[in-house]
Amino acid sequence: MQQLTEIRWHARAGQGAVTAAKLVAETALELDRYIQAMPEYGPERMGAPIQAFTRISEDPIEIHNNIETPSAVVVLDESLLPIVDVTRGLLADGVLIVNTCTPPAQVRASLGLAAGKVASIDATTISKETLKRDMPNTPMIGALAKVTGLFTLDQVVDHLRKTFGKKFSQEVIDANVAAVTRAYEEVQVG
Amino acid sequence: MSWDISKMNEWKAEEFPRGAVIPQAGNSKDYVTGGWRSERPVRDDAKCTQCLLCWIFCPDSAIDVEGEKVTTFNLNHCKGCGVCANECPASAIEMVPEGCELPEVK
Amino acid sequence: MATQKTLAVTGNVLVAEAMRQCAPDVMGAYPITPQTTIVEEFAKFVANGRVHTEYVTVESEHSAMSACVGASAAGARVMTATSSQGLALMWEELYIAAGMRLPIVMANANRALSAPINIHCDHSDIMGARDAGWIVLFAETAQEAYDNTIMAVRIAEHPDVMLPVMTCLDGFITTHSIDRAQIMDDETVKAFVGDYKPENALLDTDNPVSHGNFAGLGGPYFEFKRAQRNAIDRSAAVIESVGAEWSKICERPFGMVEGWGMEDAELAIVAIGSTAGNARHVARELRAQGVRVGVLKVRCFRPFPFADIAEALAGCKAVAVLDRSESFGAEGGPLFLEVRSALYDRAERPAMVNYIYGLGGSDVKLELLRQVYSDLSDLADGASTPGRLVYLGAR
Repeated sequence: MQQLTEIRWHARAGQGAVTAAKLVAETALELDRYIQAMPEYGPERMGAPIQAFTRISEDPIEIHNNIETPSAVVVLDESLLPIVDVTRGLLADGVLIVNTCTPPAQVRASLGLAAGKVASIDATTISKETLKRDMPNTPMIGALAKVTGLFTLDQVVDHLRKTFGKKFSQEVIDANVAAVTRAYEEVQVG
Repeated sequence: MSWDISKMNEWKAEEFPRGAVIPQAGNSKDYVTGGWRSERPVRDDAKCTQCLLCWIFCPDSAIDVEGEKVTTFNLNHCKGCGVCANECPASAIEMVPEGCELPEVK
Repeated sequence: MATQKTLAVTGNVLVAEAMRQCAPDVMGAYPITPQTTIVEEFAKFVANGRVHTEYVTVESEHSAMSACVGASAAGARVMTATSSQGLALMWEELYIAAGMRLPIVMANANRALSAPINIHCDHSDIMGARDAGWIVLFAETAQEAYDNTIMAVRIAEHPDVMLPVMTCLDGFITTHSIDRAQIMDDETVKAFVGDYKPENALLDTDNPVSHGNFAGLGGPYFEFKRAQRNAIDRSAAVIESVGAEWSKICERPFGMVEGWGMEDAELAIVAIGSTAGNARHVARELRAQGVRVGVLKVRCFRPFPFADIAEALAGCKAVAVLDRSESFGAEGGPLFLEVRSALYDRAERPAMVNYIYGLGGSDVKLELLRQVYSDLSDLADGASTPGRLVYLGAR
């Protein structure tokens, strides 16, 4: 793992990107990392494009600004690709993970992205099949863990069980675990 | 314990009670307002029915009562507003001009 | 034994936790972005019986501070929180709270003032109220906001002080970002802050007193102001000692000013709040390249630690003071004016430049801070640029 991992999340308001940014930070905290998680604040408008950020580091994080040069970008909604510059500032060895059924090579080509890794995961289908609704945030965490190597599947699942255990039924927890696991296994990198 | 303010004009900043608190109740009676008066109330005991309305209305509690009867005007505090004379149903109180002397407040 | 738990938590939630642990008798609460989650979290604590505070929901910040003034005069331990326009609406009560020497503790989520409307961070709100007589502490992180809140209670209620304390944290940047921070166990905080034993409480009916009195023409108003000045001057020693005591318990440093690399720095940035962290991040990079840079963070703005600041900066060649607020028409931002004044009596003084930055939440990018150090390097070499006052990163 790099010394400082900076993740930028792109989504539409209501898709759970802020929760995902937070869950990833909390999972890292359990591994005794230093963390930050913050949404880009503004008026709450369901459906509007939003960003959220997560920082993870072995050392205390002293910076408190927006993430300009992310090492990972996670896109929860592929319809954002033509309207938001999701790869802006992405490091040359960075990772772009998109919720899409389009293969990575095609995503790369459509964005004209030369460097870095591109990963595709159909988080919407996984979400509909496991959670019975379109909530792609938790599967995207599974994909992120796999592609970046930030966490093992067990580490992600352990934290989900721990944090969701306080407020959700066993059925919801199991469905989320299934969603994360499937995304971890099914994500394609190209 | 009584709060002695007789030397207040000489107190330094740290000698005043913190935050301009007045640390004792009832000391407004030490503040003599009789000198504000240009007319004084005079009561005609022959007309007075002892209804005590003057005592109720006096805004400065400057009418002394003993045994449920008005006795004297407290001229240390009476500002001469005339409310008592105005309210008296028996017209027993008359406001008369003060002279040059206000012995009560000296 | 003091035990701490490590959490992923926002600044506001941590401030609300600190307030719960300090167990105020009364909170006068009115929500305003980005302070809202403080009073919201605290309301939950009240509703769930985790704290037994009289939670007074009022109709404006003017009323919130009025309620706090009344409750504090009555003898209660009182807390509240506000931000921006809310602090501006409290204006007259801020002076009253300080003049009546009421130890109210208030969190302020630093936010820009209208117009135009903006909900994001800058320090215009508190800098507008800096002369109201409150002790003012700033936090760089959620952790410092937590620590400052707990220390504020002891400082405010100290018999040598008896003044209100405002603890500031950067709106959104600190209030809403999830950060790694530690929370102390309830018992340790309870023991640290102790019980408040009010003097001259209005509710002490055996010893009736009068608050909010008149000291007019010929009266001792001037002397009361002098006593207030004496108290805030005395508070410096109290802040240091309370800070040292809490620092020992929580094992985190506290200083009214905190320096990084200042022992031998030639080029220094003076900053307040979260920006101090950004500056330190850049300073580490430059130190790795052998440049002698430093960062001086001002954690206590009132009383202003003149001597410490002068001491820390006197040996520098060039100093940049970063102001996240304007003092329109003045010779610089509020921090610059005070830092520059602190150095006036020194025989050796560094070249100084004032940067106005980050207004309305404008992002404090690292390249801006690299630019500042680069300017300082030029300035130390005798260049007259970049001028005395620079709008950093503004178009």
